[in-house]
Amino acid sequence: MSVATRRPLSIRFLATSFLMLWLIMAAFPFLWTLWGSFKVEGDFFSKADWANSIFGTLTQVETGGSFTDDGYHGAWVQEEFWRAAFNTAIVCICVVTISLTCGTLAGYALSRSTYRYAFWLLLFALIFRAMPPITLVSGYLLPFFEWNLWGHLSTTIIVLVAINQPFTLWMLHSFFKNIPKDLDESAMVDGCTRFQAFRHVIIPVMWPGVITTGLFSFLLAYNDFAVTSMLLAKENHTMVPKIASFLGTTQTKGNVMFAVAAVVSVTAPLFVMILFFQRQIVSGLTAGAVKG
Amino acid sequence: MKHSTFFWFVFPSVLLMIAFIALPIVSVVTQSLYSKHEQVIIVVENCGPFGCTQSTTVDQAATEALRAEEPLGKWAGLDIYKDRNHLAVNEVASAWVNSDGLPDFGRTLMNLPFYSAMAFTLTYTAVVTPLTIMLGFFIAIAVNSVARRLRGPTIFFSLLPMIVTPLVGSLILFWMVDARGILGTGLQWLANDPSLSVKASTPLMWAMLMVYGVWHSAPFAFIVYYAGLQTVNTDTLEAAMIDGASRWERIRYVVIPHLVPLTTFIALIQLMDNFRVFEPIVSFAAAAHATSLSYAIFNDLGGETRLLSSAAATSVLTIIFVAILLSPVLVRTWRDFGTQK
Repeated sequence: MSVATRRPLSIRFLATSFLMLWLIMAAFPFLWTLWGSFKVEGDFFSKADWANSIFGTLTQVETGGSFTDDGYHGAWVQEEFWRAAFNTAIVCICVVTISLTCGTLAGYALSRSTYRYAFWLLLFALIFRAMPPITLVSGYLLPFFEWNLWGHLSTTIIVLVAINQPFTLWMLHSFFKNIPKDLDESAMVDGCTRFQAFRHVIIPVMWPGVITTGLFSFLLAYNDFAVTSMLLAKENHTMVPKIASFLGTTQTKGNVMFAVAAVVSVTAPLFVMILFFQRQIVSGLTAGAVKG
Repeated sequence: MKHSTFFWFVFPSVLLMIAFIALPIVSVVTQSLYSKHEQVIIVVENCGPFGCTQSTTVDQAATEALRAEEPLGKWAGLDIYKDRNHLAVNEVASAWVNSDGLPDFGRTLMNLPFYSAMAFTLTYTAVVTPLTIMLGFFIAIAVNSVARRLRGPTIFFSLLPMIVTPLVGSLILFWMVDARGILGTGLQWLANDPSLSVKASTPLMWAMLMVYGVWHSAPFAFIVYYAGLQTVNTDTLEAAMIDGASRWERIRYVVIPHLVPLTTFIALIQLMDNFRVFEPIVSFAAAAHATSLSYAIFNDLGGETRLLSSAAATSVLTIIFVAILLSPVLVRTWRDFGTQK
C-alpha cells in the first residue's frame, strides 16, 4: 500500500464501525425473516415479548417443537406455490434466451455501425428504458383482450423480452465496443460474410458479457410485478404476483406465515445467484458507468 | 457496416421494441381520448289497473352489444384529462379562487388523487435520489479503507437489498415495522408510545417508504463508486501529498473530481427508477397515505371494473413527466455525440 492511501487508526475505526452498521442494516432483515419463517404467527409477530420470536415459545406450545414447516407446507402444497414457481422458471428461461438472442445481434450491429441512425436507435432505447412499465401495460390491456392474447405465459414472455430490450442493447453495445474491431474485420478480409464473422469470431469471445447481461435479464423477469400481475390469468401467475395475492385474500390467522414462507422461497434462489455470480453482477453494474 | 446487414442484425430487436413499446404508447394516447360507453337506458311503461307508471331499466343486451362493437368507447376528447381524477381543472380553479392563502390551496390539492400521487412521487424522487448517492458514497469510502479480506463479504451482503425482488424486500421491511414486529415495537419503545403504528400515520408511512427506497438502491451507488475508487490514480494522490495537500484536500481535489461523472450516471439511473416507485406501496399497503403515479395506474387497471381510459390518461401524463425529467440528459447525450464526430 502506498503512503498516499495509508490511513490513521481513528479513520479506520470509524470506517469499520460504519460498515458494520450498514452490514447489519443490509443483512439483518433477511436473516430475521428466514429465522421467523420457521415459527408460528404468534412468534413471528410477537407483541408480548420480542424474545419469543428468537426462542419460539408459542411455536413450542402450538406445534411441540421450536421449528415448524407449517408455513412452507401451507404455501407450497396447500396454496400450490409450486405451480407459480414452475411458471416463473418457464418465464425466466424463455425471457433470458430470447432477449439475449435478439440483444446480441442488435448490440453487435450497433457497436460496429458508424452511421448516425445507430446513435438514434440507442437514444430511443434510452427513452424507452425510462418509461415505467406500468404505463405500457395500460396500453396492452385493451388490444390483448380484443385479440384474446391476455392471460397466457407466452404473451407475458414476449412483453418482458421487449421491455428488457433497451437495457440489453445498451449493455451489450458497450460490451461489444470493447472487443477490437480488427478481430471480425480480419475475418471478413479472409472472405467471411458479416454474419459468418459474427458466428465464428465474435460468438466464441462474447460469453463473459453475455452472461452478465443474461443475469440482469433474469433479474428483470424474476422480479417483475407490474407486468406479470396485470397480464397473467390467475392460474398462470408467477411467484411475485402470487405472493401479492396471498396478502390480498388470505389474511386469516396463520396464512401470513404462508406469505412469509413464500417470501423466503423467492429470496433463496437470488441468494444463491449472488453467491456464484457476485463478480459478474458487480461488473455489470459498473459497465455503463466506468466506460461512459 | 452496410445498411442492409445492419438492418437484418437489429431487425428482431427493433421489431419487438416497436410492437411492444412504441405502439403501446400510441395505444395509451388513443385510449385516453375515449371513454367507456354509458349503459343504455330504456324507459318502460308499465300499465296496470291503477294507471301507468314509467320505470327506467338498463338494457344489458344493448349495452353489451354497443361495448363489443366499439371496444374503445366513445370519443371524449380531453375530458378525461380534465376530470376530478386527473388534472381536475374545475376543482383547481375553484380552489384557487376560494382558498385563503397558499397552504389552504395546497391542502385542497392534496385531496385530489392525481396531485397527491404526483406530490408523493416527486417528493420520493427528490429525497431518495440524493440520500442514496450520499449513503452509497460513504459505504464505498468505508469499504475502501477497511482490511482487504472484509471486502468480499461486504459486497455480498450489500448486494442483497438491491437484488432481492422489490415487492419481497419491502414486504420483509414492512413485517418488521409492523406494530407487532421487532422494529415496530422498538419504535414504540423509543417514542414511549404503545399505540404508535407506522400503518396509521401518514408522515411515518412516507418516511418508511423513503427509508425503504434508500435501503434498496444505496448498494447500486456503492458498487459504482467503489469501482470508481479503484481507478483513482495513486500517482496523482502521491504528487498532491508531496505538494503538501492534506487528507481532506486530497479527497476534495483528486478523488471527488474523479467521481463526478459517476455521480451523473447514478443520478440518471436513480431518477428513472425512483420516479416509477410502485412495489413498496403495494407491499406496505400504503395506498391510504401515499400513492404514486404508477400505483394510480395499477389501481385503475386492477379490480373488477378496469378503468382503462382513466389509467391511459394517467399514463400519458406520467410519460410526459418522464420526458421532462429526461430532457436535459437527452440534450447532453445528443451534444456529446455531435462533438465526437
